[in-house]
Amino acid sequence: MSAVEVAIAQANRDRAGALIGYLPVGFPTVAESIEAAVALAENGVDVIELGLPYSDPVMDGPAIQKATQLALTNGFRLQDGFDAVAEITSRVSTPVVLMSYWNPIMQYGVDRFADELKAAGGAGIITPDLVSDEAADWIAASERTGLDRIFLAAPSSSDERLVRAVEASTGFVYAVSTMGITGARSDVDIAAKTLVARLREAGSTSACVGLGISTAEQVREVLTYADGAIVGSVFVSALSSGGVDAVAKTAASLSTGTLA
Amino acid sequence: MLKDELGPYFGEFGGRFVPESLIAALDELDAAYNEAKNDPEFVAELAELHASYTGRPSIITEVPRFAEYAGGARIILKREDLNHTGSHKINNVLGQALLARRLGKTRLIAETGAGQHGVATATAAALFGMSCIVYMGEVDTERQALNVARMRLLGAEVIPVTAGSRTLKDAINEGLRDWVANVDDSHYLMGTVAGPHPFPVMVRDFHRVIGDEAREQVIKLTGALPDAVVACVGGGSNAMGIFHAFLDDADVALYGYEAAGEGHLTERHAATLTRGRPGVLHGARSYMLQDAEGQTIESHSISAGLDYPGVGPEHSWLKDIGRANYEPITDAEAMDALRLLSRTEGIIPAIESAHALAGAIKLGKELGPDSVILVNLSGRGDKDMETAAEYFDLIDSAEKASAEDRKASDKKAADEQNAAGNKS
Repeated sequence: MSAVEVAIAQANRDRAGALIGYLPVGFPTVAESIEAAVALAENGVDVIELGLPYSDPVMDGPAIQKATQLALTNGFRLQDGFDAVAEITSRVSTPVVLMSYWNPIMQYGVDRFADELKAAGGAGIITPDLVSDEAADWIAASERTGLDRIFLAAPSSSDERLVRAVEASTGFVYAVSTMGITGARSDVDIAAKTLVARLREAGSTSACVGLGISTAEQVREVLTYADGAIVGSVFVSALSSGGVDAVAKTAASLSTGTLA
Repeated sequence: MLKDELGPYFGEFGGRFVPESLIAALDELDAAYNEAKNDPEFVAELAELHASYTGRPSIITEVPRFAEYAGGARIILKREDLNHTGSHKINNVLGQALLARRLGKTRLIAETGAGQHGVATATAAALFGMSCIVYMGEVDTERQALNVARMRLLGAEVIPVTAGSRTLKDAINEGLRDWVANVDDSHYLMGTVAGPHPFPVMVRDFHRVIGDEAREQVIKLTGALPDAVVACVGGGSNAMGIFHAFLDDADVALYGYEAAGEGHLTERHAATLTRGRPGVLHGARSYMLQDAEGQTIESHSISAGLDYPGVGPEHSWLKDIGRANYEPITDAEAMDALRLLSRTEGIIPAIESAHALAGAIKLGKELGPDSVILVNLSGRGDKDMETAAEYFDLIDSAEKASAEDRKASDKKAADEQNAAGNKS
């Protein structure tokens, strides 16, 4: 089992399930984003998802777009991402996965990227715009390095594609809760529950739900059927308005939703 | 046969690099398109729209006075500017709108740069009684204000996009985000031969009519195939449309002219195939303008329709296999060509198409007076009057200018053309 799978399984054994927290590297600065990620780990987050800023983030809503755009304007480099992973993993034992659009990885070189991430102590990569059909190079690199490859599954995915996503993924399958983009929503779509049930039928033992989750109540509800709840935009908003302290408080509050 | 390529890959280019949420919609679209293109009823309905709504076939026009500035080569324009809505864009839009109706979709999403594709989509939505939302970079809504008004008059909602470079690339991102959220009732009507499969092949097919008509028309006029076929390339839809019929005519050279903005060696250009390298943008692997770390670089062109840091995957393939040549044309060269065609032939081209005309001037000088060059005049310049008026300082000088002045500036323009040509 990978470190991510272990963390999620353990959270499901000890509590209702795992809380996965997203923050982008370099927002508002690289140093503060590292502090904020550490704060996530120290306040009940089981897996850290670090986003690499990208110029054309089609899966992201306004909150994350604004943050990653600022990081790019401030001169974010991929090396900052590897450095952040190295520092976070040296300070906390929580596994860290990257979330990256495909082009930066492709330009860096898939193998080189995987080696650097592995060396920095990273656990895997979530690829929002890379489906497993196009991922032969990445699947080979993840097999070689042992990094987790986390693909997305959507309410619109056919049964056949869900099987493919489950078989191609390691660590967990990222179940997209709604047909849409990242951002806080007042209700987590009923579609999420149906999707997780379909992923179970497709053989998934580690399905985590993301998009639109922003309260402890929503975390609790999602964990009644899923293995993990992925939260992003609300941490970005907290960091933006109240700094690292606000991220710590938000994480502590959301993690109460993981208590059985 | 090069003509037979059906995707999803053209060599190493193309594919589907999109969020999983969109895959089902792309599969559905691919299946519907493959069914429709073999359905005589669909084919007949589209042909009827071409004939009775768009005004096809579009004519060809030989332009001898203009050609004097192009080394005396015979220059023949394919007049897509005469189509309803003023550009080639309507060909693709009517095809996709028919397909959307077949799929039971009631809402069309489009991105637009210059506004030509947005206007065409708004037109089709009005014709078919669909709702329409058009994403347009804020920068473009300013430089193409007239087209924004046209779209709104046609009943479309125009959303200025304020993210990123606030141009076409960001409008596409926003269109894709909308589609992910509304895929049940909405069709994303992509306006160029870029994007994930099946868009590159489908949009090309809907524009094939340009080259199919022009090939016959030129043979009828001259008795032979042209020596070269030229078009401007932003995303590359009008170029693929006219190139396609000639892909397997080995003696016909194909030239695509990209926007070099202030110069392809400056930082302000949109010369994707000249200066870019392969990457993934907007769902496909293709040449693109990017920095060393894969971040998209913002493009620049006086022409909103060519101001795009990507290009369709089939063009990337045609470049790499050497079947088509791609050259940069600066803002200044394009604007000179725009004025020259206006003054020598009484045809005001779109700034996009003026890049092809500027290319034809250079190419004509290379190929010489015995050559025949077919140019895709993809759009008309009405929408560009504000840009042109500012560029040539027309509003102030019009009151003062006497016929003498005009003659003098005409001569100056011609001298500049010649000087520019001599340098190249």
